[in-house]
Formats: sequence, structure tokens, C-alpha cells
Amino acid sequence: MSDLLTKISDCIEFGKINKAAPYPPQMKDMDGTDELTRQALDSGISAQKILSEGLMPGMEKVGVKFRENKVFVPQVLMSAKAMSTALLHLKPYFLTGEVKQKGTLIIGTVEGDLHDIGKNLVSMMVEGNGWKVVDLGTDVSADKFVEALRENENAIVGLSALLTTTMVSMERITKAIKEAMPFAKIAVGGAPVNDDFRQRIGADAYSPDPQGLVEYLNSLVA
Amino acid sequence: MGKIVELIKRGEILVSDGAWGTFLQQMGLQPGECPEEWNSKYPEKVLEIAQSYIDAGSDLIETNSFGGTRFKLEKYGLGDKVFELNKAAAEISRKAAGDKFVLGSVGPTGKILMMGDVTEEELYDAFKEQAKGLEAGGADAIMIETMTDLDEARLAIRAAKENTKMEVFCTMTFEKTVDGTFRSMMGVSPTDMVTTIIDAGAELIGANCGNGIANMIGIVEEIRRINKDIPVLVHANAGMPVYKDGETVFPESPEEMAMLIPKIISAGANMIGGCCGTTPEHIQKVREIVDGK
Repeated sequence: MSDLLTKISDCIEFGKINKAAPYPPQMKDMDGTDELTRQALDSGISAQKILSEGLMPGMEKVGVKFRENKVFVPQVLMSAKAMSTALLHLKPYFLTGEVKQKGTLIIGTVEGDLHDIGKNLVSMMVEGNGWKVVDLGTDVSADKFVEALRENENAIVGLSALLTTTMVSMERITKAIKEAMPFAKIAVGGAPVNDDFRQRIGADAYSPDPQGLVEYLNSLVA
Repeated sequence: MGKIVELIKRGEILVSDGAWGTFLQQMGLQPGECPEEWNSKYPEKVLEIAQSYIDAGSDLIETNSFGGTRFKLEKYGLGDKVFELNKAAAEISRKAAGDKFVLGSVGPTGKILMMGDVTEEELYDAFKEQAKGLEAGGADAIMIETMTDLDEARLAIRAAKENTKMEVFCTMTFEKTVDGTFRSMMGVSPTDMVTTIIDAGAELIGANCGNGIANMIGIVEEIRRINKDIPVLVHANAGMPVYKDGETVFPESPEEMAMLIPKIISAGANMIGGCCGTTPEHIQKVREIVDGK
């Protein structure tokens, strides 16, 4: 039984989606997350256990390897694909409330910025670590973030920016959210952002990589 | 052999231009506004940028078309204006360039092939459409830049090569990893890049953007270890941006950039210019060093 969970974790780590998938080459013809998650559910393992002992350890390993530059964006994307395939099988249990997610992250690329690769990568890694993600897309205004926060009480907000010019927008949005909801927690990230900037604008967390955000989020619910 | 590559083969070190994006922002381009739309809305302002680089001593200037594929323009509702905005971009730079060269800028689409965002054919068609617009406006070469994915770079090169008569150049963006090696966001090393993009048809290759000019020395050395002959181009940022009082500032001064030019040249670069945060003053300094002043 636990063997299945280890296999699921490995498939997430190496990005093996299903038996037919050619990637990664060293796992050719082996079952992927698609088959293994089904098997795990059929053999009576709870969806919660599959999430926390199969998906999450796999995602964490990828996150750490990405931070250490041992893998790059393509490998993380494959892992994320393997994970979302597994999540499809678990979805009914999320809906019934049988699986409890750790909390909610509201994420978006700030107003004026249309880049989404970094934001999507972070969304996928956070989701794979047991969080609900509300993705507001790109070019998101302060009002939209506040509105989403009102709909999702206690959610944490993640702001993404790629351009140096939209860092200004990040500052404005952070201040607007804090004004509307003083207790909201805001994490910031993106190529031009650093911790010094985070402090200046009054956001709560910065991470140069997705795994750092996952660790921050987990620390809030620990 | 194209005219630009021919000059390099004769032993000339060419000076290209500095930043466009950050320059446009200084001139009033707002976050969320489409830079390429300025080619039709404010051509005189775009011309001013082009002219300022020619005045600073550039042998080649780029065009305001970095985000000129349909995938980027679509986001501003300008997906049907690809040809005309790119043509206008090249015409503006052509007007400033006189007998100097115009490099038609082509940036990444923001779509990821391996995620199934797009097909290879769709990417190829988008790059082809953009390249034809730039050629119609009078560009001498296509400058495919800031690439991080080898497949996207390869498709852009082939699309320009197979559908236009222009010279085709390509640079990718690398960062230093924790172990000190250089990799693009998609994990491509300069070594991985060289053979693939030359095979695809690039006649001049190199690196742009990134974290300042010091890293560029290592990248050029790595390219040169594999290929001694291919012309190499470097377009460096003026360092990593620093945020000050609601504004972002690029920290490397023209003097700091100029100081490293001899090292870049001895590492094997044949063409030098700037990327984000570099200004006509940076280019003027580079020009002085290259001319041995």
C-alpha cells in the first residue's frame, strides 16, 4: 500500500503522467500518476493520504531541486502536469470536503503586467502542496484582489511581477490591500523583486523560488 | 554572406544600441500599454530613441518590435496588426539609421511548447508573419533575442530564414546558477545553444539581458570553447534593477560597462551593445573603447 504512495511521489518528482507518456525516458512503459492514483483509490487508500503522502512529498522534492538549480522550468512543468493529472482523480473528494486543503492562496500578476509563466509555476507548486489556489490571472487590479479576499476569508495573497515598471504597481496594490484588510498576508515574487523591496512596500513575505513560498504558507498553518 | 557578418569576418568589432523598453518607459510608456503600438501612435518618439543611438555611435540599431508576434499583440487586442506594426517599427529605425544597419527585434511569445500552449506550426507562422513585416519596413537582419527555450529559438530562426532574405541572428538569456554555470530559464546552457541554433540557420549568436556585463564574459568564453568562428554578440543589462522611491534604477554606469568591454572583446565577442537599463551614454562609452579612444 505505501509502495503505491512512494511510486506516486516518484512520478510527481520525475514528471511521469501516464503509462503512454514518453517522458521521462527512464520511466518508459511504467505506470504514471494517472494509473497509480486510480489504483491507490481502488485499493482503499484515502484521498487525503494520497495527497499528503504521495503528491506533496513529490512536489516538495521538485521544489527543492528547482531551488538548487538541479532541475529547470521544463522539469517542473512536467511534474506539475503529473500532479494535475493525479488531482483530477482526487477532485471529487475535495468537493465533498473529505480532503481538507491547508488554506487558500489568491494569486495574480499585478496590474500592467501580462506575464504569466512565473505565476503559473508558483500556482501549480502551491496547489501540489495541498493548498487551494484562486488564480486571478494577469493584469490584476487592487480592487480585484480585495474582492477575492472578501470571498475567501483568511486567504493569503501572492503578487507576481516580471517587469521593473510593474513593481510600482505591486507597491500600490500591496498598500491598497493592507488598507482595506489590515490583517491580510501578502507574499511577493518575480524576477525584479527582492527582500529589500518587499520590506519597503510593506509586504509580508518574499521568496526567490516557489518552494520558499510553499514553506512560508505552510508556516502560517503549522 | 550577409553584409553585417561580412564586416565581422573582416575583423571589425561592431557597436549596436542600448535599451528600448526601459527608454520607452522613460518617455512615458505606461505599464499595461503596448510598446509596439507606439510605432503607429507616437512614431516621432520612437524615432527619437532610434536617432539617439545613431547619434551615440551605433553601427546597428534595433526596432521597437520585441513583443511584435501575434501572441503578444493579441493581449492588447492588436493581433490583426502584426504586419503593419512591425513594418512601421522597421521603417522608423530605417529612417534614423541612414547607412547604418537595422536589426528587427523579435522576442519570445510567452507560450511554452512543451505545455501544449501552442504547436510548432503556430509558433513558426507567428514568427514568419513578424519577420515579413520587419523586412517590408527595411530591416537588414532579424534579431531574435531573450530566448530561453531552444525549440522556440530554432523555430523563430527557421521562420525568418526560410521566408525572408535578411540575415538572421539569435541571442538567448542566461543566468548564473548556484553552481556557477550558466543556464537559461528553461535549463539551456550556452554550450547547448551553439550547435542547435547554428544548425537552424543563425549567422550570429550570443547572449542578451541577464544580470549585467560581468557574467557575459563567462558566457562568451563558453561559446568560444565550442565554436571559434561564429560571430558572437553581447547585449548586456546595466546590472540588476534596484528599486528607489517608486522608480527602478539600473545600477551599472556607462563607465562601469565600458571598463569591461576590452575583456568581452578578448573573450571573443564581435558585436557589443546593451539591453535593459543601458542608455545612449552607455553606447557612446562602448563606442569610444571600441574605437580605441
